Amino acid sequence: MKSTAIWLGLAALAGVMAAFSPANAQDKSILVQSTTSTANSGLYDYLLPAFEKASGIKVNVVAVGTGQAIKNAQNCDADVLLVHAKASEEKFVAEGYGVKRFDLMYNDFVIVGPAADPAGVSGSNDAMTALAKIAEAKALFASRGDDSGTNKKEIALWNAAGIDPSESSGDWYRSTGSGMGATLNAGVGMGAYVLTDRATWISFVNKGDFTIAVEGDKALFNQYGVILVNPDKCPSVKVAEGQAFIDWLLSNEGQDAIGSYKINGQPLFFPSADRAQMKAG
Amino acid sequence: MQDFAEAFLFAFRQIAGLDPDLLEIIGLSLRVSLAATLVSCLVGLPIGALVAVSRFPGRAGVIVIMNALMGLPPVVVGLFVYLNLSRAGPLGWMGLLYTPAAMVIAQSILISPIVAALSRQVLEDLFNEYREQFASFALSRLAQVRAILWDGRYSLITVALAAFGRSAAEVGAVIIVGGNIEHLTRVMTTAIALETSKGDLPLAMALGIVLLILALGVNALVSALRLTAARYAYA
Amino acid sequence: MPMHDRVLPFPTTTGPATVPAVHALACRGLNYGAGGKALIDGVDLEFCRDGITAIIGFNGAGKSLLLRLLHGLIEPAGGAVTWSGRPIDAGIRARQAMVFQKPVLLRRSVAANIDFALKARGRDRPGRREELLDHVGLSALAGRPARLLSGGEQQRLALARALACAPEVLFLDEATASLDPSSVLAIETIVRSASTGGTKIIMITHDVGQARRLASEIVFLHAGKVVEQADAAAFFANPATPAARAYLDGQIVNGN
Repeated sequence: MKSTAIWLGLAALAGVMAAFSPANAQDKSILVQSTTSTANSGLYDYLLPAFEKASGIKVNVVAVGTGQAIKNAQNCDADVLLVHAKASEEKFVAEGYGVKRFDLMYNDFVIVGPAADPAGVSGSNDAMTALAKIAEAKALFASRGDDSGTNKKEIALWNAAGIDPSESSGDWYRSTGSGMGATLNAGVGMGAYVLTDRATWISFVNKGDFTIAVEGDKALFNQYGVILVNPDKCPSVKVAEGQAFIDWLLSNEGQDAIGSYKINGQPLFFPSADRAQMKAG
Repeated sequence: MQDFAEAFLFAFRQIAGLDPDLLEIIGLSLRVSLAATLVSCLVGLPIGALVAVSRFPGRAGVIVIMNALMGLPPVVVGLFVYLNLSRAGPLGWMGLLYTPAAMVIAQSILISPIVAALSRQVLEDLFNEYREQFASFALSRLAQVRAILWDGRYSLITVALAAFGRSAAEVGAVIIVGGNIEHLTRVMTTAIALETSKGDLPLAMALGIVLLILALGVNALVSALRLTAARYAYA
Repeated sequence: MPMHDRVLPFPTTTGPATVPAVHALACRGLNYGAGGKALIDGVDLEFCRDGITAIIGFNGAGKSLLLRLLHGLIEPAGGAVTWSGRPIDAGIRARQAMVFQKPVLLRRSVAANIDFALKARGRDRPGRREELLDHVGLSALAGRPARLLSGGEQQRLALARALACAPEVLFLDEATASLDPSSVLAIETIVRSASTGGTKIIMITHDVGQARRLASEIVFLHAGKVVEQADAAAFFANPATPAARAYLDGQIVNGN
């Protein structure tokens, strides 16, 4: 009876392992650490089937904030990093974690807000002035507060406007500490302005009475970069497959695919690869 | 609440339509949760039974700790498993992070204490009834453990169901160690979290309803089996 | 314990030794208390290897406690229980068996309850279970859940399970209390046959008639002390102490 129980247990464990082994055994796959904004926008669902068909390489995407994505990549839990925080990305490469950074595409940030527009910023194309008005009116503002690319951009804008919103944290400044979607849900729920990337906003469903209040400022430009994790630091990196993915993204085919992704007739990302830069790499 | 009506309709349409993506997610949810339940029973039941039949100094403290571990925060468990399974971590060479196996590990850690603590309580009540008879039989501790595990099997099924329910409904740990990767580690709860973050609340609700129906189905199935079996062996 | 290493003839305190057998189970200076009160108070006993010993006495005299001490289910506060001179332990307990007033049956079938005891003692051989069930008249119920049997059937099963251990000593703690007369009779028949088969029986009973029918020897316990240990016929003909006389006369006497 005792040995029966042991054998049953072992058989069960073997069953569990067998049930999951196909996922582990698939060697022709790479892991991409990326941002919630790109994943939530549906871009990968649109891009990846084309690449997987062309290359036979399966791309697994983990979507977290840019800060978390970079940390995960530093832990070697990624082959490719695709995020939007240029300074952090360059630091990542400079510290030897990444091989080389390539500009991939861009979209822009917008500030969305309730129809009532308590700060009177609707229609503005000057982000810094708009933020100053929001602070002055003590109108609610929901921040990601999660060290993501969007969050870093937002903090840079506040700094440029000469305001330290952290002093008002918990008052009119609400730091949600969560992803783009969750922050938008919170913002819509409490009628707070939110800085979001345009791609997430366009594909976001739960808009309520919110509209884009501020757009078109050059300071709201949002550049995405792509980096192969350095095999010198992380021997587990699948260099050939990862590089193939990056090459494809930067190729005419990949760039055209990025440009042709639309929701409700609106493009979400604009290809911006520098072909000369690619050759140099 | 138009959202609820919409969510229900959507849920039923999804289930009725046997959407392959949804089926894949449901299948993985079931596999991961059942595997974690299995592992947690293999680990938790012997511990619960052993503590139930043993008397030793510090036993009360051990029971307090076991009960407290039932409240392990999922995110902390997720982080703990992440740090161990990460390529930079001690078990990184196994390459398990962002696989269903990692999710099974995290959930097993999460629910093993539930199985151990609840089974300890159930089995101790049973053991108190059997204690003198077992002492008279001069049974070894191992034999006592085996006997109460077997005789308590119908109560222990409820314990396993509680553990299964917790693992099926849990999101904090699996999203960290699984990564919510489409067609690989996306389960019901992480899909719900994703749709919520996309602001697609009706779809998220609909998935929640599907999860609820799933839990209901598993419980109904087990209850039916248990009633049938119990009629033959137990009173 | 050198003094118990020798095999001594059975001495009686108040009556002639009718059974020329030797004793194996004994206790000396046995004490057990709770809440500052001595419940078992300096008990010395020696039991011969066969026959049926009935322990009788008023409620609260300490009979159940004494039985559990003799079987080693509880540790005495003072004194010791010995088996052929050796202190009692699990190995010795495995050569004994006990049936409780309320049978503790496993949540399994009748047959599985027997199998459990046979396997625990390593006495599992083909046909043994059927013999035992037949012996106690439960063959027809072998597949039934044990806990759905009637009170009398449950106690017969508990007895069969105890006999499955092939015990040298069988302890019975009021095994027929709260059973109907026909069940009592069935159990007495089984007990008598076990005794005939060479098993020493030590039983507690409140039924003086049962003690008369079965016992070869009587231990009368009063307020935690053995006040009489005697041949059964002699005891019933002429109880030596006032407490025993009062008990047999059915008088209500304070346990103290």
